[in-house]
Amino acid sequence: MSAPEMFLDADGTQIGAIPADLLDPETLVETHHALVLARRFDMQAGVLARQGRLVVYPSALGQEACQVGAVLALEPEDWFFPTYRDSMAMVVRGIDPVEVLTPQRGDRHCGHDPYEHRTAPPCTPLATQLPHAVGLAMAARSRGDRLAVLAFCGDGASSEGDFHEALNFAAVYQAPVVFLVQNNQYAISVPFREQTRAASLAAKADGYGMPGRRIDGNDVLMVRHAVGEALAAARAGAGPALIEAVTYRMGPHTTADDPSRYRDPEEERLWAARDPLARFGAFLRERGTLTEIVEKAAEADAEALADDLRARLEQEPVFDPADLFEHVYAEPTQRLRAQAAYLRAQMDAEHAAAEAAAEGARR
Amino acid sequence: MTGSTLAGAVNSALRDAMAADERVVVFGEDVGRLGGVFRVTDGLRAEFGAERCFDTPLAEAGILGAAIGMAMYGLRPVVELQFDAFAYPAFEQVVSHLARMGNRTRGRMRLPVVVRIPYGGGIGAVEHHSDSSEAYAVHTPGLHVFTPATAGDAYGMLRAAIASPDPVLFFEPKRLYHVRAETDPAKETVAPIGTAVLRREGADAVLIAYGPAVPIALEAAAAARTEGWDLAVLDLRTLVPLDEETICDVVSRIGRAVVVHEAAGFGGFGAELAALIGERCFARLAAPVRRVTGLDIPYPPPRWERHHLPNVDRVLDAVATLGIR
Repeated sequence: MSAPEMFLDADGTQIGAIPADLLDPETLVETHHALVLARRFDMQAGVLARQGRLVVYPSALGQEACQVGAVLALEPEDWFFPTYRDSMAMVVRGIDPVEVLTPQRGDRHCGHDPYEHRTAPPCTPLATQLPHAVGLAMAARSRGDRLAVLAFCGDGASSEGDFHEALNFAAVYQAPVVFLVQNNQYAISVPFREQTRAASLAAKADGYGMPGRRIDGNDVLMVRHAVGEALAAARAGAGPALIEAVTYRMGPHTTADDPSRYRDPEEERLWAARDPLARFGAFLRERGTLTEIVEKAAEADAEALADDLRARLEQEPVFDPADLFEHVYAEPTQRLRAQAAYLRAQMDAEHAAAEAAAEGARR
Repeated sequence: MTGSTLAGAVNSALRDAMAADERVVVFGEDVGRLGGVFRVTDGLRAEFGAERCFDTPLAEAGILGAAIGMAMYGLRPVVELQFDAFAYPAFEQVVSHLARMGNRTRGRMRLPVVVRIPYGGGIGAVEHHSDSSEAYAVHTPGLHVFTPATAGDAYGMLRAAIASPDPVLFFEPKRLYHVRAETDPAKETVAPIGTAVLRREGADAVLIAYGPAVPIALEAAAAARTEGWDLAVLDLRTLVPLDEETICDVVSRIGRAVVVHEAAGFGGFGAELAALIGERCFARLAAPVRRVTGLDIPYPPPRWERHHLPNVDRVLDAVATLGIR
């Protein structure tokens, strides 16, 4: 198969003509800054999971270019549909990192307000968010609102029925949706070659009647460019698009996984040599854009983000039993009210018993 | 075909809701040009345009998923899943997202979607056209589950479902689609959610039913007069929320109850009712709660269905065990 589209090769050497708007120094620095923060966030979240501050964390180490490049291509009025592995993307979207990690912290299913950031709750059942993205795009268009929707999924999700139904729906109704598949080569342990016999995931676009593109997902400029073009076309009424970003999940599926059981370390070394940050950094250094000041500023902001995250996740979340019952329906049923009162009484009794035991120990 | 039948009442409710609120959109398989395989959406596309009433690809999960996305953006989708047993591909979207999004987002993102499902048997159809799947729905917290038994209720309950901030699975008993209504359903007001209605008063036992079982219960109550039994009939109308107060009041007053439904009995909604009555009305019961349900078999071939479905004889057999006089 031919190589995916790229602007920069693995060493950061420019091998294609890059559109001028992407080479604007401010754009380049913004992109670099986001990449550095995203990686620092991801590393910190992994540490917090190993310390037990998060119940689990699905890292996207190695996929920074996909997540950063795609989200930076969004306009504020656009909508974004992430999965559970897209925490970095949500941070780049502007959501408070603590809110992003709230589901993994384990006290609430979703930490952010979807309307404030035009970002759906991160979706766990594979590909099931894709038809939502299509429906939202159809609704926006029916109201005459000029916006596009960006929906993420992975290579494993492309085998799900909802992937097919969503792409077919989007094409039939020419909905303004861009589907970005981060092909990170593994669905937990199952390698991509066992996921499909199709020549590529991008090739599937033909079957739906939409444009498909296969790009290097570790080339942040290519991701930003390809997603930006597709979003602009969608906003202009040209319909949906499918983009396959070829990348690699450098870490385990989650903090509970052990990739040494199914992956060749040689393969990991191969992909480490294609690291998206090293590649973009080399390109920027070559251009003279990545000055020491720029680099230090990004590192300082990344450390500040990590420090803030650690400090705030040290705090125990406040548990209010009413939270579990209040929002099941717009108006809680009598049965739910009774259960809420019972749980509160039980928690109060537990608390009182613990206090009494502590008091006894002091005497 | 407005007004005179249950199917017509559903049609009127959809038309009136679409006229009253431009956020209401209707879509599904064959609901546009054809007007639905049961003609329930007849004329809506002509009246409101293909933007608001449209046909979809054959993709039930896609239909549900798209409805969820539209509701996220402020529309009020009313989708049709053509037959009970063809609704199963949409099950994951219903259970994993439709039922949970409001809770997941702490009330920020409620999904006012109505899912219309023609359900139940008694129409002589081949396999996959006669299921009663309400138990799957009621077991999923976050969903409201309605099932009307009369044209008047079909109108009022559907208007209430569309106006509700909660997602509603609206089970329409397809064998009652063409039963004539006594009054013009369009004149009925929007039905209050969560209220059962006593269709017939009685002193010896109460038959508790919903949807397609209500006419059977009424027929059985009429036939019971020849045995000298005076039976009440309670139509639940909404399974979630459940009118527990009315159920307990009626059962406590009468002292004997038989639950009638078409779905298989094991793990069915009747078990929930029997448990509720046992927990709350035990001291007032003169006999155990009995259940008359479909057999515990996959829905049978059409030539067998009359042996599967609850009927007057089976209801009376159950009543005979209650020790009345």
